[in-house]
Amino acid sequence: MSITREDVLHLAELSNISLSEAQIEPLIKDLDNIVNYFSQLDELNTENVEPTYQCFDMQNVWREDNIEEFEANREDLLALTVESEDNQIKVPKVL
Amino acid sequence: MKIADKNTKAVDLVRDALEKAKKYEDYHAFISMNEARALERAKEIDAKIAKGEKVGRLAGVPFALKDNYLSPEGNTTAAAKMLEDFPAPITATAVAKIEAEGAIMIGRTNLDAYAHGGSTENSYFGPTSNAYDKTRVAGGSSGGSAVAVALDIVPFALGSDTGGSIRQPASFNGVIGVKPTFGAVSRYGVVAMASSTDTMGCFAKTAEDANLVMSIMAGQDAKDSTTLKDYWTKELADAKPSKKKIGLIKDFLGEGVDPEVSKAIKDYANKLKKAGYTIEEIEMPIMKYALAIYYIVVPAEISSNLSRYDGIRYGHRSSEIKSLDDVYSKSRDEGFMPENKRRIMIGNFVLSSGFFDAYYLKAQKARTLLINAYNEAFEKYDALLCPTAPRPAFKIGENTSDPLQMYLEDVMTVPTSLAGIPGINIPVGKSKAGLPIGAQLVGPRQSDQILLNIAASVEGE
Repeated sequence: MSITREDVLHLAELSNISLSEAQIEPLIKDLDNIVNYFSQLDELNTENVEPTYQCFDMQNVWREDNIEEFEANREDLLALTVESEDNQIKVPKVL
Repeated sequence: MKIADKNTKAVDLVRDALEKAKKYEDYHAFISMNEARALERAKEIDAKIAKGEKVGRLAGVPFALKDNYLSPEGNTTAAAKMLEDFPAPITATAVAKIEAEGAIMIGRTNLDAYAHGGSTENSYFGPTSNAYDKTRVAGGSSGGSAVAVALDIVPFALGSDTGGSIRQPASFNGVIGVKPTFGAVSRYGVVAMASSTDTMGCFAKTAEDANLVMSIMAGQDAKDSTTLKDYWTKELADAKPSKKKIGLIKDFLGEGVDPEVSKAIKDYANKLKKAGYTIEEIEMPIMKYALAIYYIVVPAEISSNLSRYDGIRYGHRSSEIKSLDDVYSKSRDEGFMPENKRRIMIGNFVLSSGFFDAYYLKAQKARTLLINAYNEAFEKYDALLCPTAPRPAFKIGENTSDPLQMYLEDVMTVPTSLAGIPGINIPVGKSKAGLPIGAQLVGPRQSDQILLNIAASVEGE
């Protein structure tokens, strides 16, 4: 596996990060080094081994569906946005 | 640690801590201070004591808070431009519990942005210096918290550990560092990194102090459904290991490990032997694969967790925007550090179609093999012993041009995280150059207190 310029551009798109030209070259090299390091896992026989997605055997932690007061109020939360109007968060025009 | 009472004023404890923080300002352990509010709280506690009212178990004790724990006192920055101006509207459960016992937050400590790193050099606000050598790294990602305790600014500090972020800086700065069992402490209100390995713990000077802080932080929380039923309940002296047998991981004492580190660990093993423990060498060949597993699994989870930073609801929004797409992609470019971007991109790589089976699925299967190896070892041993890091603190700037080299520094701490089991760092000596060396004790799930009991049994000898 070797990471190409196209790969980096594709990953930047998937990651929603607008990379400047100066960031692209070093990323090709760095990501390539890192991904190549992963290939050592090929030495491990994982046939018939179940994957572990979480370390505890917890499943479906249920709770009563009660309404609870949230510790922050609407004003505090809207104050975190750059722009808001009439209790709505404003973003640039989509269409 | 000193707790406020009739003879010890909380105001004096807090003032003393604030003065020390100022004295050691050039180490850059803190991102922001909480001076006015801390002194106010201290006065409240002194007034309660004067009136004979009941105060908490940590009354008036100043502490430092890693700047990825949300609380309304000061901005919670996660050491990233993205959250530079983020006043948290909520309080992390762990912080609320500690403060309810009377502890007083004096300042927020530096970290690698979003806790991505092992040196605190990835901070948007610049690196923290090692407590023993200003030209060396503090370790990371909880570097600021480790240094604040090592310099005796505060008797304890909170940190988070996803792959070694408490244990490794504790090792580099010669203090106790506790990474608890996954699920021991609520993660509610802490900036998320990797949801299957994020844990909240602490730094302290003694095992007893660490136990007190952790016993308060730990416990089930309705706001974090992965928390375990309360189990951190014993007096430390009662949390005795049943087998009195410790396995010394041979794979982490040979090649690639500083001989001074290996020697310090073997000396510590001898100390335990004299205290009545049986020490046996154990081979765990799966260990060498843990780093590759970790740097697949964790970036995958990071890429998902950090997708919430969209420049819309909170956090940095670029001023160079023409479209909605720019809001996302330019804000993220400007708000994240290079290491954040690398990890998000690696995560998206290993999860993307065509590579998922070869990398992500393979890693999660290998993770099962790693957990099996631990389970097998714990049938025989109460705990496993190895170094916390392959060498003492490295120079600031030494690894910054090579991300993979930086990752390799995490080789001894990531296996524990992947298995969700507890690990603690214990300061066990110094190198000839005067740099601290740390031993790591790792045990089965929920054996946290047993590990601290073992550490306490030979402490100060």
